[in-house]
Amino acid sequence: MLTDKIAFREPTIQLSHGAGGKASRRLIEGLLAPYFNMKDLNDAAYVQADQAKIAFTADSFVVNPLRFPGGSIGELAINGTVNDIAMSGAKPLAIVSTLIIEAGTETEILEAEIKAMQEAAEKANVAIVGGDTKVVEHQKADKLFITTAGIGLVDPRVNLSAGRVQKGDKIILSGPIGDHGITILFARGELDLEADIKSDTRAVWPFVAKLIDAAAPGLKWMRDPTRGGMATALNELARDAKVAIVLEEEAIQVRPEVRGACEILGLDPMHIANEGQFIAVVSKEYADDALKAIRQVPGGEQAAIIGEVHESDRHIVLSRSSYGGTRAIDMLVGDPLPRIC
Amino acid sequence: MCLAIPGKIVELLDDRNQYAMIDVSGVRRKVNISLIQHEGVKVNDWVLIHVGFAMNKISEKQALEQLQLLQEIGEDKEAMAEIKGYQFD
Amino acid sequence: MRFIDEFRNPELIKKTLEEIERIIEPDDHFRIMEACGGHTYSIFHFGLQELLPKNIEFIHGPGCPVCVLPPGRVDEGLEIASKNSDVIFTAFGDVMRVPGKKGSPLNHKAMGTDVRMIYSPLDALDIAIKNPDKKVILFAIGFETTAPSTAITVLRAKELNVDNFFVYSNHVKIVPVLKSILDQPNMRIDGFIGPGHASVIIGAHPYEIIAKDYNKPVVISGFEPLDILQSILMLIKQLKNGEAKVEIQYKRVVMEEGNVSALEIIDQVFEDRPAFEWRGLGAIQNSALKLRPEFAKWDAEVQFNVQKITIEENKDAQCGDVLKGMLKPNQCKLFGKVCTPDNPVGALMVSSEGACATYYNHLYSTMNY
Repeated sequence: MLTDKIAFREPTIQLSHGAGGKASRRLIEGLLAPYFNMKDLNDAAYVQADQAKIAFTADSFVVNPLRFPGGSIGELAINGTVNDIAMSGAKPLAIVSTLIIEAGTETEILEAEIKAMQEAAEKANVAIVGGDTKVVEHQKADKLFITTAGIGLVDPRVNLSAGRVQKGDKIILSGPIGDHGITILFARGELDLEADIKSDTRAVWPFVAKLIDAAAPGLKWMRDPTRGGMATALNELARDAKVAIVLEEEAIQVRPEVRGACEILGLDPMHIANEGQFIAVVSKEYADDALKAIRQVPGGEQAAIIGEVHESDRHIVLSRSSYGGTRAIDMLVGDPLPRIC
Repeated sequence: MCLAIPGKIVELLDDRNQYAMIDVSGVRRKVNISLIQHEGVKVNDWVLIHVGFAMNKISEKQALEQLQLLQEIGEDKEAMAEIKGYQFD
Repeated sequence: MRFIDEFRNPELIKKTLEEIERIIEPDDHFRIMEACGGHTYSIFHFGLQELLPKNIEFIHGPGCPVCVLPPGRVDEGLEIASKNSDVIFTAFGDVMRVPGKKGSPLNHKAMGTDVRMIYSPLDALDIAIKNPDKKVILFAIGFETTAPSTAITVLRAKELNVDNFFVYSNHVKIVPVLKSILDQPNMRIDGFIGPGHASVIIGAHPYEIIAKDYNKPVVISGFEPLDILQSILMLIKQLKNGEAKVEIQYKRVVMEEGNVSALEIIDQVFEDRPAFEWRGLGAIQNSALKLRPEFAKWDAEVQFNVQKITIEENKDAQCGDVLKGMLKPNQCKLFGKVCTPDNPVGALMVSSEGACATYYNHLYSTMNY
């Protein structure tokens, strides 16, 4: 019975339900998935169209402020969807976008974002082929909300599934973490912190394309650690693949400024959103080739093997420090909050 | 309790010496230094920062001494064992 | 990072651990209380509890200023803001998810109450200056570490003649609560890892009473792995020699006399409350701070008609016993079942340095990997 599966019993929807962490999962798994009859909850869905396997995804962008060092909402909207398609092992083909605009917003603000979207699309080699525009009353939207939906053609050499992940597989991370989330925090201006940090937003398909060429048979799972950070992505892997993951702390790169910001605010880089990185799980045999392939693409130089998959009936993520201490990395409930204690 | 982290003073911001700009690994913030004015503050001093205030200066000397102490753990014992080996006592 | 990375040196950590192992004898069982939530966090964050011999048992102390707030306090602050549209409620990130009767500050914010997160008390004053038609309440929390900062902010408000800034003080003192724990019957604690940052302000002298009257050693410790390990080493040495002294391990920032300037400023602006209700510990005398009468103009408790809100605590919640160190978090009936970080019943599960949240997030790390 459907009602048996509706596990979500909270009376109201709160901010934490949209933060990408545990609360979000509860909402999606407990309310949306049962009604929509969804079994696999991945970044993109696969739709079979005769011989072609299509990856199909949608994402919405409600970031505030609209513009920040390294990018803007328009760029995020294109790259975010391109990346979700890429994470399905598919070459991004086309995007549609819907805009919800708050009445009273200056045209030049909208124009800047449309321009950013087109530039990002060209850079990512996708076409923006359609969409919809709505205007809502003043204060019913935060200036601009963008939703993008995209399709891509799944590379036939690729077979991505959490079920294929097994003991000994290596975890590859494409580059330094924490840049985007910290940039947004700073850009809000509430914390009065300055640093040379910018969002890492970029399309990751170029790296994924080379990765597929070099290591397709060994490539088992990919995800881009956006909202909720590495902690969410890896915990989802552990749960879905029914494995434990052990990371080597030293191998995970964090820029000094991002580290400094996290230390000041009491945040863990593992919980911070990224918009230009991805994680790939590759078999031991193909891991070195995979790494080499990513590193050869400009922007991929800091890719590294950061951990390994272990067999365990506890589906957790552990991080091991250089002196052998291990700590558990858990998903947060909602957004990470700075602390003073 | 109380997250406080080391930061370096990179600029003193006003005559009454109440504010300074500190740098933590490339991140900069204005902090209030009135709690440590009595210790005398200069650019390049390291201070402990909590909620936008400098709580105290950090003594590099003490930090080095502590590390030195830890470095020496076990060395006394090794030296003693060696001497015992020569049967001087 | 300077003054942080050196104290995470893997070689020195191994050395210090070996020395601890060397000194410990098989029959030793030391119950050490780390008073401060920051130490609880560090111990688990750096995986130290796994690396240390099992002869050392950590009793998690009450030094988490959010965890010890009596239920109802956050509600009182939020009441003022939700009933008056011209009031802005400001607080540190730590407070934002504390569950109140009608939701946490973040929940209130999502529903339209003007709730803002700040990093420094001075930010709250700034908001007041920038919004002269609003009233800004600073929901101030923290032990003696944070009190001087609130005090300076109040003095600044006075200096600048800001009349729309108010402090709702929940500042508490560490030594009275440690005494109160030692006074509990059946409480066996062999020694204390003393709070590093509160001690930067208060110095070593206030802990003498623990050493002299209760005969327990106290080692004031920093927060990096080497700091904590060295402090444990110092404590074990004292215990083995039958000593009970107050020592400072965190010498690079803690001085015997503390920060004299900060102590004067606290004294200028604050006075002791005759009694303050602590979650799980009941009323403790002279354990909390309120603004002196001459600063009544900036005292939210004076300027707003705050009705005391008492909350019926979940009868099965054992927050108090965990705070006192009588129970480990996973021994509380609600732990992990009803009370989780997703659905916290008490503040110990909300605060990232609360013992319960720490246990929940790290419970698995006792696996052998």
